[in-house]
Amino acid sequence: MDMAFIIETIVKIVVILLVFSALAGLGTYFERKVLAFMQRRLGPMHVGPFGLLQVAADGIKLFTKEDIIPQNVVKPIFKIAPVITAATAFMAAAAIPFWPQFTVFGYTVHPIVADVNIGILYVLGVMAIGLYGPLLGGMASANKFSLISAARSAAVFISYEVISGLSLLAPLMLVGSLSLIDINNYQAGGIGNWIVWSQPVAFILFWIAAFAETGRTPFHLVANDHEIIDGFGTEYSGMRWGLFFIGEYANMFFISFVIAIIFLGGFGDGSIAGAFQLLLKVAFFFFFFLWTRAAWPDVRPDQLMWLCWKVLMPIAVINVVITGLVMMF
Amino acid sequence: MHSEPLNDRNVSEHSAYYYVDIEEYPTTGWDKFKQVVKRTFRGELFVGLWVVMREMIKFDIHTVKYPLEKLPIGPRYRAVHKLLRLWESGYERCIGCGLCEKICISDCIRMDTKIDENSRKEVTEYSINLGRCIFCGYCAEVCPELAIVHGQRYENGSEQRAHFVIKDDMLTPLDFLTSGQQAEYPGFGAITPNESVTKTPLAY
Ligand code: SF4
Ligand code: SF4
Repeated sequence: MDMAFIIETIVKIVVILLVFSALAGLGTYFERKVLAFMQRRLGPMHVGPFGLLQVAADGIKLFTKEDIIPQNVVKPIFKIAPVITAATAFMAAAAIPFWPQFTVFGYTVHPIVADVNIGILYVLGVMAIGLYGPLLGGMASANKFSLISAARSAAVFISYEVISGLSLLAPLMLVGSLSLIDINNYQAGGIGNWIVWSQPVAFILFWIAAFAETGRTPFHLVANDHEIIDGFGTEYSGMRWGLFFIGEYANMFFISFVIAIIFLGGFGDGSIAGAFQLLLKVAFFFFFFLWTRAAWPDVRPDQLMWLCWKVLMPIAVINVVITGLVMMF
Repeated sequence: MHSEPLNDRNVSEHSAYYYVDIEEYPTTGWDKFKQVVKRTFRGELFVGLWVVMREMIKFDIHTVKYPLEKLPIGPRYRAVHKLLRLWESGYERCIGCGLCEKICISDCIRMDTKIDENSRKEVTEYSINLGRCIFCGYCAEVCPELAIVHGQRYENGSEQRAHFVIKDDMLTPLDFLTSGQQAEYPGFGAITPNESVTKTPLAY
């Protein structure tokens, strides 16, 4: 490996870390604003213009708060759990192409840290490891609400992982590759080539699974404030809690990228217009996460498992079979 | 809406009460399946999405930016008490009758009186223990002289609650009175500002 490659990769990693940490902060701002407007409130208004500096204020608060380790917790696990959530969220970003390749000063930049040929498998796998954060944090917390939340995260995890895997199987059969770049290039021909037209069922299923994956509102039962306080986060304070938070929001952005790339054509043919279209699609999916939070109620854990195992999984399997039959004949 | 139909609590065609129409719970598997399909494709989730989106587009914000904006409060809002003065002479209206002290259900008014050199009853001490006052308004209601009333001052900050309700704090300062700033509340049983209290203000 030559030096230039290593330096380039490190620069990319740093850029992705910085951009998405900042976006996670801004995401909380947009979430508060959008929720507020939908509920006829104003949201944050007082820190900075239109409350924009609220993000900075929250950051300072999180960083300077005392890091409390309660007495009966399992200390090493309690300490490492938030890191798992945040780290895996950003690790998943390694295989996501955020932008088509472009040339600066005669040097071609690929805005993807590692174009591995099993990209989507890697992304889903690492995101799935992220569930160990809530699971371990909840079990190590010596708090009954955290424990319930940990049990729920395990139950939710085995339910939605089946759906996200099976629903992706059909589009992957069409493309014949696991690399997100290949999937993107498969749809480079324009709107007509988007996989969402040939695989609408898989699109909906994966979208639903994405809500469970990120723990957003219809399936916000791992840290459901009105039932189990903050779930796995109840005993956490300061930046450890902040890491859970950053992990959740970064996950929302990354899963939005994944949906947009797999089903909605990604950045298309790689032109600048295509790149901005990708950002628009991602923005829509992110907005939809906030939109549903304002509009929809939460389901119970047993309802989620019922939905995943008894409804969505059969549909996903049927979808795979039909796709296979169509491809064969 | 008239309340008469609501007074009859029995469910009949004359009363306003009716049984909510609840569908039978499905028992067989096939019925449950049909219910799921019906609920899935009825699109109610999209109704919810549309409602919140409509509110966002209308941008009809109901937030009151409180310290900067304030909602109007009723003329007889029951905040911290005030002791008023007579308009024509500037004397304290309170005649020391002790009715307020007597009626206060929290037993939080304390007063001390003496007969002054003009043989007029003078109130030397008057205090309300705000730690116990429940702002019921009975004291203002019972006062025959409209001497103790509730003010509109609901923003109170101090190290001690007692700071608002010793006599010197509640009594209208004399310069306030001469500049006409002593507020009277309007409506039933009230007097017109700048007129003397000629008869018992409450109309009973
Ligand atoms: S408002 Fe009620 S509780 Fe308060 S001092 Fe008057 S009578 Fe007593
Ligand atoms: S009821 Fe009125 S007049 Fe009588 S003591 Fe109380 S405040 Fe004074």
